[in-house]
Amino acid sequence: MNPMRMSPLQSAADTPARPPATGPGRRVFLKVTAAAAGGLTLGIFSVDAAQAATAKAARSVAAGPEFTPNAFLRIAPDSSVTVIVKHLEMGQGTYTGLPTLVAEELDAAWSQLRVEGAPADAKLYNNLQWGPMQGTGGSSSMANSFEQYRQAGAAARAMLVAAAAARWKVPAEAIAVKNGVVSHGGRKASFGELATAAAKEPVPASPKLKDPKDFVYIGRHVPRSDARAKSTGTAIYTQDVKLPGMLTAVVAHPPRFGAKVKNIGADGLKGLPGIRFVVEVPNGVAVVANGFWDAKRGRDALKIEWDEATGFKYSSSDVLAEFKRLAGTPGAVARNDGDAAGALARAAHKLDAAYEFPYLAHAAMEPMNCVIRLDADRAEVWNGEQFQTVDQGAIAKALGLEPAKVTIHQLYAGGSFGRRANPNSDYVLEAAAIVKGLAAQGKRGIPVKLVWTREDDMQAGYFRPAYYHSLQAGLDADGNVVAWQQRIVGQSILDGTPMAGMIKNGIDPTSVEGAANLPYAIANLHVDLHSPQIGVPVQWWRSVGSTHTAYSTETLIDELAATAGKDPVAFRRTLLARQPRHLSVLELAAQKAGWGEPLAPGRNGAKRGRGIAVHESFGTAVAQVVEVTVDADKTFTVDRVVCAVNCGLAVNPDVVRAQMEGGIGYGLSAALYGEITIKDGGVEQSNFNDYRVLRINEMPAVEVHIVPSAEAPTGVGEPGVPPIAPAVANALAAVTGTRLRKLPLTLGA
Amino acid sequence: MPIFFVNKVRVDIAAGVPGDTPLLWILRDSLNLTGTKYGCGKALCGACTVLIEGQPTRSCQVPLSSIKLGTDVTTIEGLKTREALALQAAWEKLDVPQCGYCQSGQLMSAAALLAKNRHPSDADIDNAMAGNICRCATYPRIRAAIKDAGKSLG
Ligand code: FES
Ligand code: FES
Repeated sequence: MNPMRMSPLQSAADTPARPPATGPGRRVFLKVTAAAAGGLTLGIFSVDAAQAATAKAARSVAAGPEFTPNAFLRIAPDSSVTVIVKHLEMGQGTYTGLPTLVAEELDAAWSQLRVEGAPADAKLYNNLQWGPMQGTGGSSSMANSFEQYRQAGAAARAMLVAAAAARWKVPAEAIAVKNGVVSHGGRKASFGELATAAAKEPVPASPKLKDPKDFVYIGRHVPRSDARAKSTGTAIYTQDVKLPGMLTAVVAHPPRFGAKVKNIGADGLKGLPGIRFVVEVPNGVAVVANGFWDAKRGRDALKIEWDEATGFKYSSSDVLAEFKRLAGTPGAVARNDGDAAGALARAAHKLDAAYEFPYLAHAAMEPMNCVIRLDADRAEVWNGEQFQTVDQGAIAKALGLEPAKVTIHQLYAGGSFGRRANPNSDYVLEAAAIVKGLAAQGKRGIPVKLVWTREDDMQAGYFRPAYYHSLQAGLDADGNVVAWQQRIVGQSILDGTPMAGMIKNGIDPTSVEGAANLPYAIANLHVDLHSPQIGVPVQWWRSVGSTHTAYSTETLIDELAATAGKDPVAFRRTLLARQPRHLSVLELAAQKAGWGEPLAPGRNGAKRGRGIAVHESFGTAVAQVVEVTVDADKTFTVDRVVCAVNCGLAVNPDVVRAQMEGGIGYGLSAALYGEITIKDGGVEQSNFNDYRVLRINEMPAVEVHIVPSAEAPTGVGEPGVPPIAPAVANALAAVTGTRLRKLPLTLGA
Repeated sequence: MPIFFVNKVRVDIAAGVPGDTPLLWILRDSLNLTGTKYGCGKALCGACTVLIEGQPTRSCQVPLSSIKLGTDVTTIEGLKTREALALQAAWEKLDVPQCGYCQSGQLMSAAALLAKNRHPSDADIDNAMAGNICRCATYPRIRAAIKDAGKSLG
């Protein structure tokens, strides 16, 4: 197949870059011409500058004065400490948290710290929780880096101290380091002054780490390293990358998943401004133009004829019907304790519930995008890169290169929520296919920015899978839970991806997490799974399996408590006696929320109520108490959320709080509104008008309480999400008696 | 040739630049003012908010052809009012941003609000800010930072 069926429609010369025109006192004006509409006119914030800085930094390393004790930091002659962060900064605070670890053990002043995203290198920047591969996700950034980045800082400190000891001819033990100053008695030296000598010291194999009681940064508030850039519009995202001669691509994706291009139908593009190339890619047709608007105008003018023979033809209702059918047959067993079926048959009270969860879009604020340039023997990528090793390998394969010949420049990501770590490297490979198509036309070396519109982002995939749960539980005559039987039906996220090896005995762990490891002490417990193959592209979504398992398990536990006539907190407490993390958050949230105390009355006699949910994901336990108000017309508001979290040692308590707030808001969007529906093989929603998300006026007051802990840190990026939907549903049930079993939540007309 | 001002710099648009091009893409692609973000292209998210004659406006919905001669456009790069500086200081102090992608737009809307009303109520904040989506749900901090900035202005 010739990936590129058309030659350039227009061959306007590349737009020459104009010099910056911002000098004070000069009478400056900028002229925007048609040719320049996609070009660089005013160079205020350009990646070129960032790259020049990097190149300069690289040169100074070559010149020798920088001290680079390991892959995680370097110290410049001006004493600045640059921390190389191996994880993507997509909002969760990696560019603050990991430098905090280095600063702590190095005893640096916070103002000395600089942050740089790591290049793709699975060896140096392996995710120690997943390895061997580099990537960000599973709330693992802090957990897997905690020792590693502290050790990196401690090693550098030991070498600086050794250099000072040699210079001053005193024992290393007699030397102090504080706030970036190395001293002995009255003698002082900066890191920069010692850098050259320190570089010659042997690198200690296992440097001594601080006693936690001596921490000056860990456990305290350190300001976010990216707050200023993100408050002044200077932070550079993939969407902002500008390279000399760069073109922008917008892609027409098929109206139904899996349909193929039969005829490009590009006649309508003739005469349109700025269009440069049209390239067929595996999942559609790319229009490559001088700038975004030209590309989009061109994309919208395509009259593509699709071959729908291979396309997905079904609707959400068909998917649900198939799920229900499967739920009537046994699945692959994920957990089997005791005899759940037998115990259920003998139970005094039985509950039988079925839950429906829709497909969900991630809808990160920055729609998917990727910048790539393919040269003779190498490729360069600019991306908010969440899955370095997977994407680097996939791009290399697609372009016929060695992985080492694919350089990835790390940028900020405008959110991700899992989306930028696609096991199939979908949008990244789409960008690669475009430059490959250009190369086939002899147009190598042109940088292309692929931009998905919001509509592409919402309709072209990937989605949190739809799920159906069937759950039966039994109580004995005294109200003790004696049986629990759960069947989960939904597409496997890992199936068919390079990570399919994680599927064991028919169980994709991402489908059952949160259910198969139910923390409640129930002797007879059975969980099984069906993973039907359905042609909808699916992917993890912030907190993955717990997005649905927390809902079914925490609402049913609540219902069991009500059936047993017990208080929901007391009921859970008994069942969690051997789960200290769960217990710690359950108690703290209940206490801080004033559980059991009367609520202030609602507006105009509206009814109010509380609900609680507790759930552990990625090692972090979170409990949330929600207060709702239900109006006479059955609309409701979520007024207040009291959240308790136990994530081990909270390295930066304010970032932990921010992640709980953010997780609650993200989870509420899905709980209240989130639903992607499929009709005849395509997505019905297109933008924020029909895929509603939470706005400021709908955000509840949130209070976050952190359980003090000296245990190793666990993640916080995702665990704030799972409890919110069940906590809201439990509060609504407390007010109305109605148990909602279908997401998004509505009390109905 | 339409002439307007972006951050006080005169911008001349040559004939031949398509009039349907939204201001957002003139700012981002032609003027390289990338602080103004693309989030939805449909006036639904507020990421592209700029001030036009001081009014918060979704630049994705402002075609070039509609911009009147001499119009004053302010983007995040040119936002230098006292209110804006107070807001940015509060944004930093309270660590408002997470991914940060929405924050230029949030700040533009908040600056317009404070310019009219130094001490907005929660309802005032809801009214002024409900058009700005934050998928990271930094809303509680945005609210707190607006109030904090208002206070610091006295
Ligand atoms: S991009 Fe203009 S409102 Fe969303
Ligand atoms: S900070 Fe991420 S969208 Fe607002």
